[in-house]
Amino acid sequence: MDTREVIKPGLHMDVDVVLQKIERARQARRHKFYLRDEKITLSHGSGGKATHNLIEGVFAPAFTNPLLDPMDDSALLDMGLNGSTRLAFTTDTYVVSPLFFPGGNIGHLAVHGTVNDLAVAGAEPRFLSAGFILEEGFPIADLRQIVSSMAEAASAAGVHIVTGDTKVVQRGKADGLFINTAGVGVLRTPRPLSGANAQPGDKVLLSGYVGDHGIAIMVAREALDIELDVVSDTAPLHELVAAVLAVAGEGVHCLKDPTRGGVATALNEIALTSAVAIALDEHAVPVRPAVRGACELLGLDPLTIANEGKLLAIVAPEVADAALAAMRAHPLGHNATIIGTVQAEPAAMVFLRTEIGGTRVLDMLVGDPLPRIC
Amino acid sequence: MSMKFVDEYRDADLAKQISAEIARLSGGQPLKLMEVCGGHTHTIYKHGIEDVLPRNIDLVHGPGCPVCVLPMGRIDDAHAIARTDGVIFTTFGDMMRVPGSRGSLLDAKAEGADVRFVYSPLDALKLARQHPDRQVVFFAIGFETTAPSTAVTLLRARAEGIKNFSVFCNHVMIIPAIKAILDSPDLRLDGFIGPGHVSMVIGMRPYQFIARDHHKPVVISGFEPLDIMQSIYMIVKQISEGRAAVENQYMRVVRPEGNVKALEAMARTMELRPFFEWRGLGFITHSALKLRPEFADWDAELRFAVPGLRVADPKACQCGEVLKGVIKPWECKVFGTACTPETPIGTCMVSPEGACAAYYNYGRFSMAAERGQLNLQPIAGAWQTF
Repeated sequence: MDTREVIKPGLHMDVDVVLQKIERARQARRHKFYLRDEKITLSHGSGGKATHNLIEGVFAPAFTNPLLDPMDDSALLDMGLNGSTRLAFTTDTYVVSPLFFPGGNIGHLAVHGTVNDLAVAGAEPRFLSAGFILEEGFPIADLRQIVSSMAEAASAAGVHIVTGDTKVVQRGKADGLFINTAGVGVLRTPRPLSGANAQPGDKVLLSGYVGDHGIAIMVAREALDIELDVVSDTAPLHELVAAVLAVAGEGVHCLKDPTRGGVATALNEIALTSAVAIALDEHAVPVRPAVRGACELLGLDPLTIANEGKLLAIVAPEVADAALAAMRAHPLGHNATIIGTVQAEPAAMVFLRTEIGGTRVLDMLVGDPLPRIC
Repeated sequence: MSMKFVDEYRDADLAKQISAEIARLSGGQPLKLMEVCGGHTHTIYKHGIEDVLPRNIDLVHGPGCPVCVLPMGRIDDAHAIARTDGVIFTTFGDMMRVPGSRGSLLDAKAEGADVRFVYSPLDALKLARQHPDRQVVFFAIGFETTAPSTAVTLLRARAEGIKNFSVFCNHVMIIPAIKAILDSPDLRLDGFIGPGHVSMVIGMRPYQFIARDHHKPVVISGFEPLDIMQSIYMIVKQISEGRAAVENQYMRVVRPEGNVKALEAMARTMELRPFFEWRGLGFITHSALKLRPEFADWDAELRFAVPGLRVADPKACQCGEVLKGVIKPWECKVFGTACTPETPIGTCMVSPEGACAAYYNYGRFSMAAERGQLNLQPIAGAWQTF
């Protein structure tokens, strides 16, 4: 096929110049994270590109070390106890607004989020810490309710909250309550799971409907004057992960819980760190009609909306069916499907085959349709 | 909205059939069609419609992206109002990231301005009721699609006597922009995909001059992929029959006479500006709206000190040529390198309706490169692993 015919350049452009520019833009979008901002904006908290720019521009260079540098959800620590104990260690901070939303509250998120970061590293979650930043005037009754939700969630997930901290700041200096949790788990896979392990030919599994959490928060904020029957999917994923690992073992190459930035951002991170392409079938991605309707109205893509109880698994093709069956047998994975395939080229990109039979690139979230989602 | 409702308009087999019909009717003749509306540009790239269309159909992106056509000086004016003490400045989400010469509204917010995004001007009016001690300003942008809701909000503010609310009016009109493009010597077009939402308000009559004086077909189109495919078919059919007329594909929404009540509300609250600057298209006479003198109390341009300066676009930015359809986004000097959705230089890279953002986000440029350079067969070949 003649290139000149395909790219249909404008009146005054040289085709070679156009191709050079395209290649430059491709390289720029694939690899480079630049921090050009002078002040923090809400975009830096979106979990998308701006967050990566901030991490790569400020934190990574200052803290660099072999345990941090893989930038996975948890750090993997070889403690050398009996020569065999390997731990996963992670932390997360929760600033969701509103504190109570359909399907849960900030307390559930603070436990599930950290448990899930450990679970997708292939670890069995064991211990959590809990730090609270409380605003002067915050109702103790609300605090009790949030803390009891945390206790229930921890007990259900089989983890213990073993250390904590409390600080109070003046009225107006925090929005009610912020929570930080850190977690420690014991690795149960022989080989650590990492976002860098995806291989061409692998299948991409998703455990259920996308976008429930983000849209539930949006409705709870009354940003939309519509009635929607959507609740947050906040849930601990460690059992679902264990079920997949039990049948698929070393065939499981990457696990990820697609929170801020949604499935699109999570898969782009994997495509970047594994240097592979991921091809998705838009038809196959499960989206609830209510979520899809809300996204159509607001011009959002369900694939960039946050989830708090969904699992993405990238597995070898020979174990894909077994892993899918294991997911579907678990209550949190009834609606699991295979949504795509990993290919070698073009590396570091995620593609989507659209419903109408076209194709497009699916990029990381840029900007933030909805700040403070978790 | 139910899932079934949208799925009906996204059937891959039907798309293929329409494409075959378009190919048959056009007989391989190269045709340049402009989709005027940014909403259409977004749909075309989000759904990969170009992959389904015959190769001889070239879609050119028009000026119908309200965020894109706003000149830098107006953003600086918005900045100035937003930074005024006591002001709550409200805007649609897209506008937050549009760069002015002093940064974007998101930057103003980071520096302490109270900038909030709203889904409708009525939300801004609600904020004014909730904060009687603050001045709430709504940054009104958009074509005839959004102007009626601004008009209704103004009427309500007056009826309720809400005095701490005002509108920074930047509403523009689509017909003068289409005229400017038809008069521009840069571009030869064979037909227009007419804007659906604008036409819901203004109806079909204002487009007649395009068919009558310029002999180009216009088909007013809906926003689903199959709507656009069918509209292209209708345009190609007109061309093949040697006709040029204004036709309506979006009959489920657009009535020939438009929405008379919406037009009345606009006429009661707004009047034509003598001229208005459009990014890329320059000053166009009678192309934008301002508040009528009776609504001076709610006019942010009168209430606040706005610089009102004309600010030149950044030198590297070629948004103007993109908006006129003279160049494709990837042909711009800074596309995808200095100018990306995270660090936009021009407006076309900000709005999801902007052609540059659509190309960048949905990767059309790399698709084209891959097809051309790597000599892949139509991109569907990449999907054989499914």
